[in-house]
Amino acid sequence: MKEILSGNEAFARGAYEAGIQVVTGYPGTPSSEIIKTIGELYSEDIYSEWSTNEKVAMDAAAGAAYSGRRSMVTTKQVGMNVLSDSLLYTVYTGVEAGLVVVTADDPGLFSSQNEQDNRWYSRLAKIPTLEPQDSQEAKDFVIKGIEISEKFDTPVLIRTVMRVSHSKTIVELGERPEVPKEVGKFPRNIPKYNCTAMYAKEMHAKVEKRILDIQEWLETSDLNKIEWKDTKIGIITAGVVHTYVRDVFPNASILKLGMINPLPKKLIKDFASKVDQLIIIEELDPVLEEQVKALGIGAQGKDIFPPCYELLPDRMKELSLKAGLIKAEKVPENKYRKLLDSLPTRSPVFCPGCPHRSSFYVMNKLKVPVAGDIGCYNLGSMPPFNAQHTMGAMGASIGVLHGISLAKIPENAVCTIGDSTFFHSGMPPLVNMVHNGGRGVVVIMDNSSTAMTGHQDNPGIDWSVTKDRKAKKIEIEPLVRAMGVEKVVTVNAFKVKEVKAGFEECLKFDGTAVLIAKGECIFVSRKPKPAFTVNREKCIACHACFEVGCPAVAMDIVKNEKNGKFKAKIDPTLCNGCSVCSQVCPTGAIEPPESGRRV
Amino acid sequence: MKDINFIIAGVGGQGTILASDIMAEVGMLAGYDVKKTDVLGLAIRGGSVISHIRWGEKVDAPMSMRGKVDYLLAFEPIEALRQIEFLNRGSTIVFNEYKISPVTVSSGLATYPADNVIEKALKDSAKNIYSINATNKAVEIGSVKIMNVILLGALTPFLDTNMEIWEKAIKKFVPEKFKEINLKAFHTGREMMKVKIKEKLV
Repeated sequence: MKEILSGNEAFARGAYEAGIQVVTGYPGTPSSEIIKTIGELYSEDIYSEWSTNEKVAMDAAAGAAYSGRRSMVTTKQVGMNVLSDSLLYTVYTGVEAGLVVVTADDPGLFSSQNEQDNRWYSRLAKIPTLEPQDSQEAKDFVIKGIEISEKFDTPVLIRTVMRVSHSKTIVELGERPEVPKEVGKFPRNIPKYNCTAMYAKEMHAKVEKRILDIQEWLETSDLNKIEWKDTKIGIITAGVVHTYVRDVFPNASILKLGMINPLPKKLIKDFASKVDQLIIIEELDPVLEEQVKALGIGAQGKDIFPPCYELLPDRMKELSLKAGLIKAEKVPENKYRKLLDSLPTRSPVFCPGCPHRSSFYVMNKLKVPVAGDIGCYNLGSMPPFNAQHTMGAMGASIGVLHGISLAKIPENAVCTIGDSTFFHSGMPPLVNMVHNGGRGVVVIMDNSSTAMTGHQDNPGIDWSVTKDRKAKKIEIEPLVRAMGVEKVVTVNAFKVKEVKAGFEECLKFDGTAVLIAKGECIFVSRKPKPAFTVNREKCIACHACFEVGCPAVAMDIVKNEKNGKFKAKIDPTLCNGCSVCSQVCPTGAIEPPESGRRV
Repeated sequence: MKDINFIIAGVGGQGTILASDIMAEVGMLAGYDVKKTDVLGLAIRGGSVISHIRWGEKVDAPMSMRGKVDYLLAFEPIEALRQIEFLNRGSTIVFNEYKISPVTVSSGLATYPADNVIEKALKDSAKNIYSINATNKAVEIGSVKIMNVILLGALTPFLDTNMEIWEKAIKKFVPEKFKEINLKAFHTGREMMKVKIKEKLV
C-alpha cells in the first residue's frame, strides 16, 4: 500500500516496521512530528514519551536498549548538544537491542538559533550514520539502522534535515515484524555497560575496530548508489540535496551516499577515477569534501557552494552556472524586484489571544533589560515590544540573568523562560542563582504547553504524548519554593494591571524572585471568545492598542481629524477576544461584543 | 503525463498546509508521483506560509525552480505577489481578495501596496488571473476556516481532475464533524470560479 507521508511521519512508520518498542525525545522543530505520529498511530505497539530534555531521552532509550528493547531517540540539531553527553557513552557500550538516534538539522535556520551541521557528531562519536533523501528512505533507513545497530553492536545515527522531515513524498508501506512481548532480566555485564576508565580503555579499541569493520561492509552495501551518465562531471552527494542535483544536473554521473559515516573509500576512489571532474555537493559544512580530499582525490565543493543556508535547486543552478559547470540561459532580473523587496514582511507574531502579550507589553513599558530563552516568547524581541535582549540556548536565560546580577549593572534585570523550557534546563540555573545569592526576576511564562514546537506536553501538564494518556502534573510554584526561592508571585497573564503589579513587586525584591505569569496558550484552551470591536466615536487614534502587537488590531480607513492619524479596527476573523488591547485603551473605545457569535 | 507544479501561498493560520496536503493527495490518487514541501517560519500564526506541490511522472526535488510553476493559489493578495518569480507567461493565478494587514503595516513600519500596483504586477507575470473573495464567502457559509477549501474548489475548473478524487482527499484531511461544510465550501468555490471564467469569456 502506498501513502504520502512527511519525512517525520515516515520515521515513525519506520519505527513501527523496524519493531522498535520505546521512543523518547524532546520537541524541537523540525523533529517533533516523529513522536507525535507514534503517539497518534502506533501507541499500541510503541511506548513513546516527551522526556524533560534530550539527554534524559537518550539515557532512557539507552536503558531500554540495554534491556533488550529496540529503541529510538528524536532530537532537533541543537538538542544534539544536550544529548551528546549520553550518546558518546552508548557508542562505547553498544547495545542488546537496536538503538537509533534521529537528529533533524535545520539548514536555512527556519526555527533554530544556529545552523550547526550535526554530521560532525558522526565523526566525533564514531557512530555509523545514515542520511535519507525522502520519506521512503526515511522509513527504510530506520529499519536499516536497527539492522546495522544489532549487527555491529552500536547505536546508529540518522541525520535528516527540515527539507526531508517536513516534505511529503510517496511511501510504500510494509508490516511490523514479530517482536517479543517479554524481555529477560537485565544483563549484568559490567565490562560492557560500565564505562569506568579501565573498561572504557577496552571499549575505545572496540569502537575503532568497529568503524573499520563497518567501512569494509559498506563498500558492497546497496546503501550507496551510482547513477552513470556523462562522465565529464561526477558528483558525490547525499540526502535531499541529491534530488536537487538530479534537477540541476540531469546529465551528470552521481554517487549518492546513503551512509555518510564512515565513507566507502574504495567506492569513492573508483568513482573519482572514472570521471573527468569531481564535485562534492553538500549543504552546510565540507564534511564529505574534506574526507574525500584526505584520500588524495582532487575535488571541488565549498569553493562553489558556500557553507551557509540551504542549497535549493535555484541557488544550486545559479552557483553552477557561475562556476561554468552547466550551461543555461541566465534568468534576467524580475522587473518588479523593487516592489517585491519593498513588500511588508510577515514575521511571526504572538497569536491573537496569546498569554505572553501582556508581559512583553509591561516589560517594554518598564524598560528593563531582559535575558531571554527559547520558545514563542522570543517573539517579544520583535517590534513593537523589543523586550527580549538576549537568547542563545535552552535554559540559558536564568544563568545569563545570574551573570548580569554578578556584573552589578545599574538597573534591575529580568529573564523570561517558558514552562517547558524551565523543566528542560531551567531548574539547575535557578538553584544556582538562589544558592549563590543572585538578584533578579525570573519570569516563568506558564502557558501550559510546549507551544512553539506544536503544543506538546511537559511535566507541568497532566497528560503525555496524547491527551488520553494521563501523566503526573508537577506544579511550578511549590517546586520553585522548594528550590529556596523566597519571593514567588503568580499572576493572571490576561490581566495587564495584575501583570504590571507583579513585575513591580518582584523588581523591588533584593534577591532571586520568581514571577509566574499563568495563562493558557490559545491552542491549549481552544476557547476563543467573540471578537471585540472598536467604537469609532470613542477612538482618538492614539495607537496605544498597536503597542500590544496583535495581528487582529489593524489600521482603519477613518482618520482622527485632530491628529491626522488613522483610527484602529479589529479584524473579527482574527480576534480571539482576550481583551488585552481593550485594557490598554485610554478611552474605552475597544468594546466587548454584544452578541456571542464568532465567525 | 504532463508534470504540473503548484504553489499555495498564505498567511499562518489560514490553512495553507492543509490545502497543500489535499492537493498532494489528489495528485497521488490521480496516479502521479507527488512531492510537496512547505516553507514557513516558526510553528505559529501570522507569518507567510508557502507550499510547493509537484505532480509528475517522477519527481526529484520537492520544490519547483523559478519560472516553472503552472498554478499559483494565494490566500491573500500580497502573498500572491511574493511568488511571481516562480511563474511564467503560461501560468494561472487564483487568489483570495481578502487582505490581511501585516503587523508591520499597523505599526507604521511598512505600507500595503495599492490594488492597481498588485494587479499590474500579477498581470505582467502570468496569463490567467482570477480572484474571488473567499474569506467573505467562508464567513457567509459559516466559518472563516473553510476559506482554503473554497479556493481549492476555485482552482479545479483549470485542472483535468476527477471531482470524486478531490472529495475523497478532502474527507481524509478534515475532521469528521467538518466534512460536510468543507465539501460545501469546495463546490461553492468551484461554482464561483466557473461563473468568473464565463464572465471573462463574455
